[in-house]
Amino acid sequence: MATALSLTHLGSLMRGVRSVDEVGANERAASLAKRSIKKSSKLWALDLSIRCMDLTTLEGSDTPGKVAALSAKAIRPKPGDSSIPSVAAICVYPARVADASERLQGSGVKVASVATAFPSGQSFTSIKVAEARDAVDAGADEVDMVIDRGAFLSGDYQKVYDEIVAIKEACGSAHLKVILETGELGTYDGVRRASILAMAAGADFIKTSTGKVQPAATLPVSLVMMEAIRDFMRETGRPVGFKAAGGIRTSKQAIAYLVVLYETLGAEWMTPDRFRLGASTLLNDVLMQIDKERSGVYQSPDYFTID
Amino acid sequence: MANKNGADRVDVRKTYKQYVGGEFVRSESGRAYRPDGMVNVPRGSRKDLRDAVRAARTAFAGWSGRTAMNRGQILYRAAEMLDARRAEFEELLGGGRKARAELDETVEVLVWYAGWTDKLAQVTGTVNPVSGPYFNFTIPEPTGIVGIVASDDPALAGLVRRLAPALCGGNVVVALAPEHRPLPALTLAEVLATSDFPSGVVNVLSGQRKELLPWLASHMDVNAIDVSGCTPDEVALVEAAAADNVKRVVKLPAGERSPHLVTAFMEMKTIWHPIGV
Repeated sequence: MATALSLTHLGSLMRGVRSVDEVGANERAASLAKRSIKKSSKLWALDLSIRCMDLTTLEGSDTPGKVAALSAKAIRPKPGDSSIPSVAAICVYPARVADASERLQGSGVKVASVATAFPSGQSFTSIKVAEARDAVDAGADEVDMVIDRGAFLSGDYQKVYDEIVAIKEACGSAHLKVILETGELGTYDGVRRASILAMAAGADFIKTSTGKVQPAATLPVSLVMMEAIRDFMRETGRPVGFKAAGGIRTSKQAIAYLVVLYETLGAEWMTPDRFRLGASTLLNDVLMQIDKERSGVYQSPDYFTID
Repeated sequence: MANKNGADRVDVRKTYKQYVGGEFVRSESGRAYRPDGMVNVPRGSRKDLRDAVRAARTAFAGWSGRTAMNRGQILYRAAEMLDARRAEFEELLGGGRKARAELDETVEVLVWYAGWTDKLAQVTGTVNPVSGPYFNFTIPEPTGIVGIVASDDPALAGLVRRLAPALCGGNVVVALAPEHRPLPALTLAEVLATSDFPSGVVNVLSGQRKELLPWLASHMDVNAIDVSGCTPDEVALVEAAAADNVKRVVKLPAGERSPHLVTAFMEMKTIWHPIGV
């Protein structure tokens, strides 16, 4: 298994992570974001962004009813139009996993649960592991964990690594997405280091942010993470997925992410198994853009469901 | 060498801009046209229109939620700001008695509708007799985004005669400046920008009507459209395109000045309120 990096090598692994050219990354992301995707290519990209979407609700006020409504929307984003595909997954708090899993049974839409003291990650390891295990037991197909940024920033990579390994084990067959919360890591060097660390520890996906911290996902940060995935793939042969989450609200942004994805990781990554977009309000904008392309008329949010 | 204002320096030439979301912008398309053969004016595209509608939608909740009195104060301030720039507008309107008369009318229209904001519901609303234990009343509510297609003549008053009532009722506006005489409308945007209207409440686009009008008329997020500046052919086009989201197409006479012009941009809502609860 590719995760079996000996722990004694952790220090040298981290020291070996090369530094990131910050200006270069910003520049490249900005130039890729300018690419113009039109007509049928745009429709294809919009369709793909729906298929790769983790429809998310992470509020203290989430109720079983809200989750039920969101599940219905996940299966059939636009009622009465079967040409619009289902989303990849819905993403909820652990306490709502059972509600979602009941509604989504047999639909092909996965249930993802955040876990491990989301969003801060500041709790005891035993509790985090138990939370991940309980979420999987409740029916989660995917677990979105947060890394312990406190430990990471103070240089205690061992603790971060051990926690990811322990939670990966607790997840069993469920997919593990590791949230780096890049907005709190400070530098692109930190982002790259955290990416390599998470992948070495066994992450199936690495994910930018919780969506609870500003700045959340940005294009250059995503580029840095995708480059880390590409380099990790070259070293170990293991493909790791990428999830962008937080602050992605418009179709235009979503398409920019797809462009960067294609240019960095290639066409093999343009599938829900290896790429996800975590968002709550993006779906409606994508639906509006699809309708605009089809009808040639600018659309209004008045005609789309709220949840 | 003295410049046209008599000052001993180089002329500061003005670049006219569109007014979108509280900002003065060129067209996203980068295009310009010369309506009078002298001055470059942005030639707006459908994407400028899209941006303007988005800005207006964002501004709607705030503007319609203001108290009627506050909306009146802001409209009155627009009159003040316009009056303070008489000289500039007189020149833009061609000067002379006709220009002064048009300017006077424009200022007056703003003041007139400023006064109507907090009287509208009393005058146009009703208490309806019903056979049941209910208070039943009907009140006007703003409809949302109003598109205004202003006429070339009069170039300033034509726009303000529609702009003021639409704003008076709490709507937000996306206006197309007159295609052949856009400068007074674009300069009016500078007046509105200093009148305390929140960003996006008024948006003014310039450009070719045949490029912009179909997009404005068919836009699902535009709730009403005033066609006082349209030709009969354009009105037919607007009515066909407006049918999809049942836009109000306001076709009152160009010179109309009345509270009914305000309610033409509004929806009458009826409320049944049980008595004795």
